[in-house]
Amino acid sequence: MAASDFDVRYVAHLARLALTPAEEAEFGAQLADVLAYMEQLKKVDVTGISPTAHPFPLHNVTRPDVVQPSLPTSEALRNAPASADGLFLAPKIVE
Amino acid sequence: MANRLTISELASRLERGELTSRQATQACLDRIAAVDSQIHAFLSLDAEDALAQADAADRRRASGERGPLLGVPVAVKDVIAVKGHRLTCASKILGQFVSPYDATVIEKLKAAGAVVFGRLNMDEFAMGSSTENSAFGPTRNPWDLERAPGGSSGGSAAAVAADECVAALGSDTGGSVRQPAAFCGCVGLKPTYGRVSRYGLVAYASSLDQIGPVTKTVRDAAILAEVISGHDVRDSTSLPHPVPRYSSALTDDLSLKGMKIGLPKEYQGGGLDSEVKTAVDDAVKQLAALGADVMEISLPHTDYAIATYYIIATAEASANLARFDGIRYGARKDGSDPIELYKNTRGAGFGPEVKRRIILGTYVLSSGYYDAYYLRAMKVRTRIREDFLRAFEKVDVIVTPTSPTPAFRLGEKTGNPLQMYLADIFTISCNLAGLCGISVPCGFSSRPRLPVGLQFLGRPLGEEAILKAAHAYEQSTPWHKEKPVLPT
Repeated sequence: MAASDFDVRYVAHLARLALTPAEEAEFGAQLADVLAYMEQLKKVDVTGISPTAHPFPLHNVTRPDVVQPSLPTSEALRNAPASADGLFLAPKIVE
Repeated sequence: MANRLTISELASRLERGELTSRQATQACLDRIAAVDSQIHAFLSLDAEDALAQADAADRRRASGERGPLLGVPVAVKDVIAVKGHRLTCASKILGQFVSPYDATVIEKLKAAGAVVFGRLNMDEFAMGSSTENSAFGPTRNPWDLERAPGGSSGGSAAAVAADECVAALGSDTGGSVRQPAAFCGCVGLKPTYGRVSRYGLVAYASSLDQIGPVTKTVRDAAILAEVISGHDVRDSTSLPHPVPRYSSALTDDLSLKGMKIGLPKEYQGGGLDSEVKTAVDDAVKQLAALGADVMEISLPHTDYAIATYYIIATAEASANLARFDGIRYGARKDGSDPIELYKNTRGAGFGPEVKRRIILGTYVLSSGYYDAYYLRAMKVRTRIREDFLRAFEKVDVIVTPTSPTPAFRLGEKTGNPLQMYLADIFTISCNLAGLCGISVPCGFSSRPRLPVGLQFLGRPLGEEAILKAAHAYEQSTPWHKEKPVLPT
């Protein structure tokens, strides 16, 4: 755990977040503090311990495979920032 | 003054025909008009829709229907979907989003005849402990307008404390129902993970989130919990176990004879304020006087809870909030290619705390760091859970302060995220371990006079035990009767 190589600009890129230079400086310093605080977890002996993903594990949750009513297209598109012909409009991905 | 009533008081007045739901709902709307400009608990409100629901509830009653929530006005945190109403999560990124469907808890409330109204302020995407992270300005604490109401369900707690509604729903990921309830002098219940369906709750950290009631009494919390709990096929983490009649277990017999209550020795530190400590010590004496058998217990991994939580919660948040990309809903800020569009939309739409948590969560999940942070935190989570399950072999209920301090000043912690995180020390483990918890008022600080909260933690699906203990404590002490005084 080397928090010193924490690169806020690169991680923000991975997270698809545009940051201003002021935000980069501020968040970089604040998160370095937080990561330094996280270092204490190294002190816990976790040998042979299974990770907990859910506190109340349920297994093999299934339901009957039956067709249910769903949102009509017009409703599903109602909150879209841009739509046409019953589809979401997105910027061109393939040239 | 029907807005001042509890759920059970209002239900009996409605039953006796002394009040109508329209009158009760109008009383809430009048109270909001009088005081909410000072408090800012509500982000938006559709008065006409609320009164129409009230009239419908009055008609259902006239045709013979009965029920503990029929005609009772319940306000909702702006993170739970109500069909046809705005849903903002106190964020700019959702733009003019209108919910296309009801959350399961809302379906249940409507079926019970509650008047579901208002969108309550919160920290953006429920990330925060003060409601100062709302994109639409903070909520103020009704006991002292210069102080925070707690968070993230600060709007819910402030609205209940100021009698702007009879009860409210909040959501609790690391204390977001219990801590604001403590700061505002009301009752906040976090049910066991899986007890209440999360369908229609905007996800922050899916393995920790639960919807819970914010109310004026423990009985009211039991009544609301009874209605909103239960299995839901639309939430695969919801528990199939039958829902007990929580409220019928709360009787006039306040004896706690035979109940074993544990006090964690590790919870004496954590920056515990001396007045909070005194109030909690006195509360423990009262619980012993009611017949409870009080003993010390140990939760050895307490010191690691905050680091564990802020790794797991932010990791889950970074994945959950990836959906806000400006394509299918919400605000969009264009770019020359899709990646730039995502970055611009998210950069403009999210506030600072949400950005910090997404970055932190992305980092702890990223290649080369996953094992050291996220996997390790999930293992420490197991340790923390084992601590509690071991303690619950010896005791029925664990008692702690809800927060190390009473309500802090607005702006006091906003410059230092880590300080804000450290204030969650007593509430966070409950979510990590999948327990249930409730906060009830247990006194006041002296200057200024601010409420102090007492927390009861129970084993998974142990709601009945914590409700019983909290009810006995509440009904044998005067604290819940006191109300904040607001200039009108």
